[in-house]
Amino acid sequence: MYLKNAFGAAATLSLLMTSSAFAETITIATVNNGDMIRMQGLTDDFTAKTGHEVEWVTLEENVLRQRVTTDITTKGGQFDIMTIGMYETPIWGKNGWLVPLNDLPAEYDVDDILPAMRGGLSYDDTLFAAPFYGESSMIMYRTDLMEKAGLEMPEAPTWAFVANAARAMTDKDNEIYGICLRGKAGWGENMAFLTATSNAFGARWFDENWTAQFDSKEWATTLNFYIDLLNDAGPPGASNNGFNENLSLFQQGKCGMWIDATVAASFVTNPDDSSVADKVDFALAPDTGLDRRSNWLWAWALAIPAGTQKEGAAKEFIQWATSKDYIELVAENEGWANVPPGARSSLYENPNYKAVPFSEMTLKSILSADPLNPTVDAVPYVGVQFVAIPEFAGIASQVGQEFSAALAGQQTAEEALAKAQALTTEEMEAAGY
Amino acid sequence: MATQHSRSAARIMMAPAVILLLGWMLVPLTMTVLFSFKKYLPLRGGDLGWVGFDNYVRFVSSSAFWPSVQVTLVIVGGVLAITVALGVLLALLLDQPMWGQGIVRILVIAPFFVMPTVSALVWKNMFMDPVNGLFAHLWKFFGAEPISWLSEASIQSIIMIVSWQWLPFATLILLTAIQSLDSEQLEASEMDGASPLARFGYIILPHLGRAITVVVLIQTIFLLSIFAEIYVTTQGAFGTRTLTFLIFQRVLESQNVGLGSAGGVYAIILANIVAAFLMRIVGKNLDS
Amino acid sequence: MARSVTQQRKAINTAVAWAVGLLIFFPILWTILTSFKTEAQAINDPPLFLFFDWTLENYAVVQERSDYMRFLWNSIIIAGGSTILGIIIAVPAAWSMAFVPSKRTKDILLWMLSTKMLPAVGVLYPIYLVFIRLGLLDTRIGLVVVLMLINLPIIIWMLYTYFKEIPGEILEAARMDGATLKEEILYVLTPMAVPGIASTLLLNIILAWNEAFWTLNLTAANAAPLTAFIASYSSPEGLFYAKLSAASTMAIAPILILGWFSQKQLVRGLTFGAVK
Repeated sequence: MYLKNAFGAAATLSLLMTSSAFAETITIATVNNGDMIRMQGLTDDFTAKTGHEVEWVTLEENVLRQRVTTDITTKGGQFDIMTIGMYETPIWGKNGWLVPLNDLPAEYDVDDILPAMRGGLSYDDTLFAAPFYGESSMIMYRTDLMEKAGLEMPEAPTWAFVANAARAMTDKDNEIYGICLRGKAGWGENMAFLTATSNAFGARWFDENWTAQFDSKEWATTLNFYIDLLNDAGPPGASNNGFNENLSLFQQGKCGMWIDATVAASFVTNPDDSSVADKVDFALAPDTGLDRRSNWLWAWALAIPAGTQKEGAAKEFIQWATSKDYIELVAENEGWANVPPGARSSLYENPNYKAVPFSEMTLKSILSADPLNPTVDAVPYVGVQFVAIPEFAGIASQVGQEFSAALAGQQTAEEALAKAQALTTEEMEAAGY
Repeated sequence: MATQHSRSAARIMMAPAVILLLGWMLVPLTMTVLFSFKKYLPLRGGDLGWVGFDNYVRFVSSSAFWPSVQVTLVIVGGVLAITVALGVLLALLLDQPMWGQGIVRILVIAPFFVMPTVSALVWKNMFMDPVNGLFAHLWKFFGAEPISWLSEASIQSIIMIVSWQWLPFATLILLTAIQSLDSEQLEASEMDGASPLARFGYIILPHLGRAITVVVLIQTIFLLSIFAEIYVTTQGAFGTRTLTFLIFQRVLESQNVGLGSAGGVYAIILANIVAAFLMRIVGKNLDS
Repeated sequence: MARSVTQQRKAINTAVAWAVGLLIFFPILWTILTSFKTEAQAINDPPLFLFFDWTLENYAVVQERSDYMRFLWNSIIIAGGSTILGIIIAVPAAWSMAFVPSKRTKDILLWMLSTKMLPAVGVLYPIYLVFIRLGLLDTRIGLVVVLMLINLPIIIWMLYTYFKEIPGEILEAARMDGATLKEEILYVLTPMAVPGIASTLLLNIILAWNEAFWTLNLTAANAAPLTAFIASYSSPEGLFYAKLSAASTMAIAPILILGWFSQKQLVRGLTFGAVK
C-alpha cells in the first residue's frame, strides 16, 4: 500500500513536469470489450495523476466503427481519442487523419511494443496508434473431452487432426459440440476466421494484379472443409455465432474446441464466469503443412484524430493506458490473468505473467503471424485476416453474408464462392483497380 | 365560406411548419442528389469529381438490388397483414365484457413502448438463440430439434419481431373504431338472427375499413425504413437485406457515399410509389 | 338464466383475453425477470421462472459502468423538448388546415407525410456535414430539432384529424356572439382539443424516446440518450443475458411507466381520424 502511494506520487511528479498545467476533459470512443471496461473502471487513477477528466463513449464494435469512421471522414471532431484496429490505422494514417505518435517520451519505451503490433499500427514507419491490447488466435480445448476421445493434442496440430478430434468429441445428445467456430457474417467475424484459415490452405484474396481469387480451388477446399466440419461437429445455428456467442457456449462447457482470439483465454479460465475453467488447455492454430498457420493478428489501439484541440491531454492518456505502469495497475487490482495482453514484450518476460497458463501460447501465436507475408502465394496486400485497403470492409461484409448463408445450408459452397467472386470483382472495378 | 382575411391568417399559421419541413426535405435531398452524381469515397480523399449517372447504373445493376426491393416489400406486406388481422381479432376480444379489462389493455399495448433496439436484442438472444433461447428450450421440451431462427427462418423471424412491436398500435386504433360502432345496429341484427360471422362480415368489417386504411398508411411509413431490427439480428445476412440496409452497406460499410446516395434516391422513388398507391386508397376512404 | 350465460361468457372472455395479453407481454416480463438473475441462472436449463435467488447485482454493475441518470436526463429532454416544440409549431398549422381548408390542403398534408419517407441512412452524411457546420453535433438542441422535424408530419396529421372532428357550427355560433379569433381559440377550441393534444403529445414522446438512428449517430458523450446507453450492452464478452436484461429494463422502464399511467389519454386520442 505504502509502495503504491509512493509510486503514484513519483509518477504524478514526472507527468506534471512534462504536461501542461491545464486540466481538460477528453472524450474517448471505445469498444465494449472486457479490457476496455476495466480501463474505464481505473480512469480515476489517470485523473489523479494528471488532473484530466475522461468522458467515455462505449459502443458495440460495429456501431463504434461506423460512428468513428463517419466522424473522422467528415472531420466532425467529436472524439479526442478513438479506439481503432489494425485495419483502420494504416489507412487513416496514410490519409493524414491521425496524430503521429513518434514523439513519445523515453520512459514510455516504445521499443518495448511487440514488433508485429508496432508494424501493423504504423504507416510509412510512423506509429499512428498505440496498442492497448494485441491478439492472435489459437485453439482452446477441453482436456477432459480430449482425453475421453482418446486423443492427445499436439502443440502445433494440423487441420486434419483438429477435424478428426472435433468429430470424435462431439456428443450432440448431451449438447457437446466438438468445435465452435465463427459463422456470423461480418468482416470482423466469420471473414476474419475464414481469411486466416484460407491462408493455411494456400488460398488468397487477390493475386498480384488485384484479381479476386474466390474461383481458386484453394478457396473451394477451405470453404467446403469449414462447412463440413461445422455441420458434423459444430453447434446448432453456427451461422449466427460470433466471438461472443462462442465464448458463451465454451464457458457453458458445450464446445470441445474453439479457435478464436487469444484474449478469450482469460475469460475461459476465469472460474467466476466459466464452468470449465480448470479443464482448458491451449495449442497453436492449425495448419495444413504449407508453412502458414490459421492464426490472425489484431490489436485494439488508441489513436488521436488530427485536429483535436486537446492533443496534449489525449497523448497523456495514451501514455497512461498503454504503459507498463498500467499493466501493473491492473495486475494489482484484478490479477495477472486479466492484464491487457499482447502489446508489450516486457510483459512476457515478467515472471508473474509467465505463470499465467495461456501467456506462452499467446506469445507464440502472435509471433507466428506475419502480416507482411500472410499467404503461401505472393499478394499485393498486407494483413493476415484482412486486406488493408479501404474497400475491404464493405466487400468482406457481403462475402461474409454469402459464406454464412452457405453454412446455414441456403446455398452450396460453390454458389457462395461464385457470388463472392462476382461481387468482389464488381466492387474492385467500382473502386478503380 | 372562409373570408379573404381568414385565408391569409391561415397561411401565416401554416408557414412555420411548411417552411421547416421544406427545409428538412430540400437540404438533405439536394445534397443527396448532388452526391449521387459524384464519385464520393470518404476513405479515398472524399469528392473525386462528377461521374454522371454511373452510380445510378451501378446501384440498380448490382445483383443485390432487386432482391432488396423484394425483401422490403415482403417484410412490409407481412407485418401489415399480421398486425391488421390479429389487430382486428384482438380488438374484438378486448371489446367484450370481461374482468380486468384495463390491465389486459395495459399488457397488450406494452410492446409499443419498447425501443426497437431493445426488442430486437431481447428476441434475438433470449428467445431465438438456438442453444440458450426460450424457444429452443420449448422445442426440446416437446422433443423437437431447436430451430436456428435467424438463419433458417430469417425473414419470418424479423416479420415476427416487428409485428410484435406494431400489433398494439393497430389494436388500439381498431379498438377505438369498434367502440364507436352503433350498438343498436348490432343488437338489431342479432334480433334478426344474423350469425356472428355474418355480423362481422356485413357490419363490423365495413365499419372498420377507414381504421384499417389509417393503420396501413401510418405503419407503412414507419415500416419502409425499419433498420434497427435488421442491424441487431442478422446484419442483412440470410436474405434480409432490405433497400434501407443495402444503402447502409454502401454508405457506411463500403464507404461509397456517391453510390449510397444514388440508392437513397431510388428509395425515395420507391417510397413515393408505395405512398401514391396508398394515398389513392386512403384519400378515397378518408374523404367519404 | 340469461344472467348466468353472460357471466359464463364473461368468464371465458376474461380467460382468453388474459392469456393473450400475458402472451404478448411475456417478452417484457421475461426480460424483467432475467434482470434479477445471476448470469448462470439466466441460461439455466430448464429456464427458471420465479424460483431463483433474486439479485440486484446486474443493476449495480450496469450503473457502475455507465451513468444511467445522465442518459435518462438526455432522453427526457430530447423526447420532451422535441414533442413540445413540435406541438407549438403544429397546432396553428393543423388548425388552419382543419378550419380554413383550401383545395391544396390535402396535398400539403400528404406531402408532409411523404417527407417521413426519406431513408435516414441515405442522408447521414449530408446531415452530419450540416451539423458540423452549425456546431450542433452532440448537442441536445440539435437532436431536439431533428426529432421534432422527423415527427412533425405525424403531429400535424394527428392534430388535423382531431380539429376536423370539432363541429364548425360551434365556432360559427361563437363568432356570431362576437368572439374574436383569440377568444375563439382560447375558450372554444382549446378545451375541445385538449384530449387530442394530450394524446398527440404522448404518442410523440414515445416515438422520440425510441428513435435510435439519429440519436446514436449525432451524439458522443454530452447529449447521448438511452438509445446510446443500450448500444454499449448489445453484445459484450461472455455471458450477458442478465446484464443485457438489466440495461434493457432500465432503458424501457421510464417510458413504459409513463405509458401505463397515461394509457387512457393515449387510447382515447389514438385514432388518426380512423373514427368518424
